[in-house]
Amino acid sequence: MDPEPKKGDDSPSNSCNSHGPLHPQSPFPDEVLEKVLSFVDSHKDRSSISLVRKDWYNAERWTRSKLFIGNCYAVSPEIVARRFRRIKSVTLKGKPRFSDFNLVPLDWGANVYPWLVMFAKVYPFLEELRLKRMTITDEGLELLAKSFPRFKALSLSSCDGFTENGLKAIASHCRNLTEINIQDSITEDVGGGWLSCFPENFSSLEILNFSILNGDVNFNDLERLVSRCKLLRVLKVNESITLDELQRLLVHGPRLTELGTGSFPQELTPRQYEDIETAFCNCRNLQVLSCLWEATSVYLPLLYGACASLTFLNLSVAPLQSGEFAKFLAHCPNLRCLWVIDTVEDKGLEAVGLSCPLLEELRVYPADPDDRDHRDGVTELGFLAVSRGCPKLHYVLYFCRRMTNAAVVTIVQNCPNFTHFRLCIMTPRQPDYLTNEPMDEAFGAVVKTCTKIKRLSVSGLLTDQTFEYIGQYAKDLETLSVAFAGSSDWGMQCIMEGCPKLRKLEIRDCPFGDAALLSGREKYERIRSLWMSACRVTMKGCKLLARESPRLNVEVIREEGGNEDQALKVYLYRSVAGPRKDAPPFVLTL
Amino acid sequence: MPADLNLRLGLPGSDQSDKSNKRSSPETAEDTASNGVPAAKSADDHETAPAPKAQIVGWPPVKSYRKSTAKKAETESGMYVKVSMDGAPYLRKIDIKLYNGYSHLLTALEDMFKLSIGEYSEREGYKGSEYAPAYEDKDGDLMLVGDVPWEMFMSSCKRLRIMRGADARGLGCAQ
Repeated sequence: MDPEPKKGDDSPSNSCNSHGPLHPQSPFPDEVLEKVLSFVDSHKDRSSISLVRKDWYNAERWTRSKLFIGNCYAVSPEIVARRFRRIKSVTLKGKPRFSDFNLVPLDWGANVYPWLVMFAKVYPFLEELRLKRMTITDEGLELLAKSFPRFKALSLSSCDGFTENGLKAIASHCRNLTEINIQDSITEDVGGGWLSCFPENFSSLEILNFSILNGDVNFNDLERLVSRCKLLRVLKVNESITLDELQRLLVHGPRLTELGTGSFPQELTPRQYEDIETAFCNCRNLQVLSCLWEATSVYLPLLYGACASLTFLNLSVAPLQSGEFAKFLAHCPNLRCLWVIDTVEDKGLEAVGLSCPLLEELRVYPADPDDRDHRDGVTELGFLAVSRGCPKLHYVLYFCRRMTNAAVVTIVQNCPNFTHFRLCIMTPRQPDYLTNEPMDEAFGAVVKTCTKIKRLSVSGLLTDQTFEYIGQYAKDLETLSVAFAGSSDWGMQCIMEGCPKLRKLEIRDCPFGDAALLSGREKYERIRSLWMSACRVTMKGCKLLARESPRLNVEVIREEGGNEDQALKVYLYRSVAGPRKDAPPFVLTL
Repeated sequence: MPADLNLRLGLPGSDQSDKSNKRSSPETAEDTASNGVPAAKSADDHETAPAPKAQIVGWPPVKSYRKSTAKKAETESGMYVKVSMDGAPYLRKIDIKLYNGYSHLLTALEDMFKLSIGEYSEREGYKGSEYAPAYEDKDGDLMLVGDVPWEMFMSSCKRLRIMRGADARGLGCAQ
């Protein structure tokens, strides 16, 4: 299950000036067209519709209620406000993805506040706000809480900038709130007092996810909240809630479709153990289960009763060993999506191959990403075992320290339906560990065999050959992530020339210079964004590109100690809003 | 000769009789390319002792909250470090990964402790200012902030100490 919201193309460059061929009479009265359009949800389809002719453009803009903006700087609040008048739901994404890995300095931007100010004026009936990689301050949350009487759903993914005060405002003022969903937040120390701020008569909550926040939450207030919210179906608590406390919440177990456990205690009495076991058996309708931290083997069996209908098991922050993991899997026959840590090792993945025939998505995260303990983690053998037992696999994220070309060739033969193939061989530029050759043939096999590939992350020792393969075969590729790879400008050129559907390209530490950058000059308006860091691009090259492309924002992030001519971090993206006005001093817009 | 007097060459701390689940690292410090990234060695080179790797910012691409699951105690480089100031009653903690260079960091420290640190020079350290920023590195030595490239600083800084200028003077000199 890919938690990313629908991607799409909102074609900002076409948004305001569309006029189709001139037909004096439309075959349909406006009301009919608008009624028909009210059934069209997908923003991709709506963008296409808006390009047909002027009256369709107008009908579309009056009937669109869900706004999706994949890059908050591609357009401005003013432009959006002029075009759309009846928005109820907004999805906004901000920072480049590499900001998740500390490559983008603090205060880079993507503050949602100016958007909220505009929404408050133009969309008073706003119901949903979904943000990804944006900054939202307490001030923003307060404005949100007080400006929209019908506000229902707040979803923050990889966002920062807020404390519990902002959340308190939401809890206190949003009478109709159905969803608070905070994922991957990078704000530390948010505090848990906000949970106690829901009014006593508040009962509309359906989705409550605060698992990533580290503040202590008052359990009694949480218990009362869960009891009175009869529609609550998603509950993901944080570390401050222990298993025996969770057990009391699970009295409402049958309602829940998604559960995130809190922390596991050091000791349980036999009575507590029994009560918790019964409570989990009560969760008959659970489809999604996530476990936090150190779910030791002693307590795992407690969860078995909840696993019969489980389709998504998230153990990505719960390091398990292969034995206990295999036993757990035996109780989850219907798994479609599994996230684990590599402490389960190849043996654990063999169990996946044996127990999870319906598996469609697998993510294996590293326990020791910085290689401090020199642990084995998983290897090509584990991946092979999964591919043999799970023919429906189409999404993989795999962190490992060794891989071979031959293994990947076999893996994609077993699973030719990959749409998302993200392989991270953790040592940069590591060759096939058996043959010592580059990993070109591995990724060549992926793109040749998996014709539907949409997202690819490459790693290991790679020459330009890999990019030749990608350019030649990956015609549906939308997202490409490249690190420590390639031999020359030609590599990047192959991508720019060969992948017509490319939308997001992120490159770091590759020998691609100005020629490579400029080879894509015709293409950049068709993609959402390009990130290039620690490559060989110079300020001269960036300036040239910027001069030629008025509808492209070419930004260079200035860092300490680089020489003046190098452009060590380049982020470029198409925009109809012009250069951004909130750029901090270390971001140069060329 | 008794087994425990078996003399051999190797880096301090290297131990060839590791537990079975530890694999030997194929890289040595000498293989670091000019940009600080260890070049991949051939599969045959397992004889050399494991050396501490240079940490690359943002690699592997794992979100920070996932990194802390593996170990609750952060002992090594980067990330949160304690900051003490001579004379202050309690310490602070900052995440040095969030700063994009020395001036960004020093400005933040000046803000946090309400003091001024002044300009760095290779010859004279932070001459002329009341305070000088120092840090404890992996070897436990007290070093002046600013001497090494930022990336190297990030991976070797274990804690920060803002010292009174008079005490810091000795740090800036190359003796």
